[in-house]
Amino acid sequence: MIAQIFSWALVVLLFAASLAILLTRDWRRSLAFLAIQYLGVFLLTQTHWTLSMAAVKLVTGWMVATILGITRTALDPELATSPDRSLPESRLFRILAAILLLLVVFSATTSLVDLLPGIGVPEVAGSLILMAMGLLHLGLTIQPLRVVIGLLTVLAGFEIIYAVVETSTLVAALLSVINLGLALVGAYLLTAGSDDLEAI
Amino acid sequence: MSAPFIWIILPIILAILLWIPRRANITAFLGGLSALFLAALAWLLPIDTALRLSATVSFKLSASLEILGRQISISSEEGPLLVLIYGIASLWFFGSSAAGIARRLVPIGMAITALFVASLAVEPFLYAALIIQTATLIAVPLLSPPKQKPGRGIIRFLIYQTLAMPFILFAGWLLAGVESSPGDIELVVQSATLLALGFSFLLAIFPLYTWIPLIIEEATPYAVGFILWLLPSATFLFMLSFLDRYAWLREFPQLPMALRAAGLLMITTGGIWAAFQRHLGRMMGYATIVNTGFLLLSLSLFRDYQLSAFFLLLTPQALGLAVWALALSVLKLREGSLEFSDIQGTIQRYPIVFTGLLLAHFSAAALPLLASFPPILAVWEGIARQTLVGALWLGAGLAGLFTGAIRTLAVSVMASEKSFWEINGSWLQNTLIGIGVLFILILGVFPQLLHPLLVNLPLAFEHLGG
Repeated sequence: MIAQIFSWALVVLLFAASLAILLTRDWRRSLAFLAIQYLGVFLLTQTHWTLSMAAVKLVTGWMVATILGITRTALDPELATSPDRSLPESRLFRILAAILLLLVVFSATTSLVDLLPGIGVPEVAGSLILMAMGLLHLGLTIQPLRVVIGLLTVLAGFEIIYAVVETSTLVAALLSVINLGLALVGAYLLTAGSDDLEAI
Repeated sequence: MSAPFIWIILPIILAILLWIPRRANITAFLGGLSALFLAALAWLLPIDTALRLSATVSFKLSASLEILGRQISISSEEGPLLVLIYGIASLWFFGSSAAGIARRLVPIGMAITALFVASLAVEPFLYAALIIQTATLIAVPLLSPPKQKPGRGIIRFLIYQTLAMPFILFAGWLLAGVESSPGDIELVVQSATLLALGFSFLLAIFPLYTWIPLIIEEATPYAVGFILWLLPSATFLFMLSFLDRYAWLREFPQLPMALRAAGLLMITTGGIWAAFQRHLGRMMGYATIVNTGFLLLSLSLFRDYQLSAFFLLLTPQALGLAVWALALSVLKLREGSLEFSDIQGTIQRYPIVFTGLLLAHFSAAALPLLASFPPILAVWEGIARQTLVGALWLGAGLAGLFTGAIRTLAVSVMASEKSFWEINGSWLQNTLIGIGVLFILILGVFPQLLHPLLVNLPLAFEHLGG
């Protein structure tokens, strides 16, 4: 019972973190919420994986946030403190869209649970929430940093659900490589053409 | 010594070493030579068979390599595939210096090629989706020059390619369930849908190909051409692995129809959009969409032709794309723009470059006596036997592509009466394009020259190869 409550608390944490990423315009906060998101992913994953294997996700996620943060900080200081902008900017719109997605996720969760024997409802809900919020994020921006954060969110959601069906070390390693690769690509795209202030 | 070491790990080491030369010519030459050497090794070295070097010494190249508890294995049947992949990659690397992109394309291209070979060799084959995604990430610096801010094309490319991986991995897991309970129709439909979505993202199937014309305006045409050759080729081979592995998928009644519909949609939309373009790069982008459409159509005919039509298409398409991309890169390097308004009458200044560009374009549009004509005719005939309406749509797409070629020709000859003919472009650029043109003509007239290579290619796929 306590484990169930803990799992649902993690789902709430994941939703809150992904919503916060969607709403905040400060890149520092975005990356901090991304790090929190990975903490939730780690805690949900370790119910199916060993602690050491699940810790790979946490370490990778925090490394990803660090890479992006260092790159962003190294850019023009004036630029580094300016908020990211994307359309539509209205927070109310984003909150409503997130709530709508939450409803869709909860309606889809039960059917997916039937498909995946051995997985709990909180894991599926957490996974779908991240994937849906990541896709929403991708639909609202073309800024490299935000796009990479959106893709990382989608992948984080997928990794929760895939951890249940696949426990291979090679897959864990390749998924970590892909996450780190995405961060490096994000860093490259952030710095590409950085003479031009519009790049970020 | 193992086969995966030679054709996967060694090229990755070479990719790192190829960053060292400072001169682009040397990088291109070494890269081309290395890839050619790897292709020759694949042609000559037997895998998993003892090779007697002398009375007392023998050598055996083992097929497998274990990494993190999983096997990466290259069998002797996959040798011709390696010849094809590294052989065509060497063409691209040799031409990269003329396109002015050798120092980025050769090392990155070598690493991507090695990863795509790894995607064919990894077991279980499903993990290939992860390796293809890694290769896609490596391709980003190639497609987005460091001094240029990233455009919408590269962002969409990154998003679409990344989204493909979860769909394919999850579908792969469901497919294992379908194998154990093939009667579960709901599971079959779910896994097939997820798989179709994954491959649609990877292959840029309509309407997910919007990044292609965008990215070709942002990046060097030669780099985009290389990725548009390698990525679909590797993805199609991965797709064939799925079909080869799962009998129920191979025998799925709706599969040929779905492949045919997707292929026709790609050919018709790509061809028709190509007819209305006013940018030479975008025109090539739409032609690659048509190419993907033909590969899909050739797969839809696998019950009649096995894989012969599919493999027959690969080489002429790659050759045409290499010549086309090189010609566009030369024009972009020298003229700065590929817009119709800026290249009016330039055929008089770049006769060899335009000859390459136009012949590659006409070849993609299946003009007789050019390289792509024989395979396209075979596919067209196969489709016409199944559905006449489909054959007509295919014809409409080709007519669109042909119209684009005629428009390019018309614009390129609009020179003022006072202008004179001259040969611009470097010696290397003109020679490479000239050789490419020659091969386009030779393969058009003598398609049987490819037979020794093609005859063994389908053997890599036990159940599909016939």
